[in-house]
Amino acid sequence: MQEFIEMGGYGAYVWSAFGLTFVVLAWNVHAARRHFNRARLQAKRRIQSQAGAGT
Amino acid sequence: MWTWFYKLASPPHFFRIAGMLTPWVMGVALSMITIGIFGGLVLAPADYQQGDGFRIIYVHVPAAWLSLFSYSLMAIAAGIGLVWRIKLAHAVAASCAVPGASFTFLALATGSIWGKPMWGTWWEWDARLTSELILLFLFLGYIALRNAFDDISKADRASAVLALVGIVNVPIIHYSVNWWNTLHQGATVTKLSAPSISTSMLWPLLVTAIGCTFYFAALVMQRTRGEILLRERRARWLELELN
Repeated sequence: MQEFIEMGGYGAYVWSAFGLTFVVLAWNVHAARRHFNRARLQAKRRIQSQAGAGT
Repeated sequence: MWTWFYKLASPPHFFRIAGMLTPWVMGVALSMITIGIFGGLVLAPADYQQGDGFRIIYVHVPAAWLSLFSYSLMAIAAGIGLVWRIKLAHAVAASCAVPGASFTFLALATGSIWGKPMWGTWWEWDARLTSELILLFLFLGYIALRNAFDDISKADRASAVLALVGIVNVPIIHYSVNWWNTLHQGATVTKLSAPSISTSMLWPLLVTAIGCTFYFAALVMQRTRGEILLRERRARWLELELN
């Protein structure tokens, strides 16, 4: 286990590269979801205001 | 076949089909990435020159591949949207930008982290690195340009021109290692002859890269659904869909 973490002396490089990738991939999932939810909210408001205007 | 294609290109259809497919595509993507990363970190043998340091390849190469793939898709979709005035194509193009910029950033950052122990420097102004940095600026410029417009159809057209002009950079990045003398190593996987990497090291790389491509597809589908909602003016199907 210790050996696996040390990565033959390259541990700091290998784990920072993988960690950074994980963070960016996770953020993208969150960002895509937020993008969709915002668009849905906007569309709902638009429909409601159109309905209110009687069109 | 063509009627199916036309149907898919209609925003309400795409919205529904992408909504059904996205969770499955994301599920396949995350499973493949997990298997590939496990293979890369645990099962693959250490490199005879770089030891365990070479394992950065399992995030670096998929990120670099997707940076080029996402830009190409963005430019092609933008071009189709510009020429044939297809809203869905513009929606797809707009959806590629943030994930594409993220992968480009990752390719640069993981490359830099890899470069420090192997080349002895975080950064070198060589052809591969510089052209990839330009790709990041193209993505960021595309995003900034879109945000500068309030009117979405103007944003679509202006950003499409930028995306199309920037596509010249894609082959430059790919062939930079052949055209110029660079510090970056040449192609190992995408060669006409057999790849110069052993099977035990190659399979985790391919699985991770395909998994990341599915992951990117899932993100683009979800963002495209959002972009459709931003563009759709005919309220009837929207009302049915949202309520």
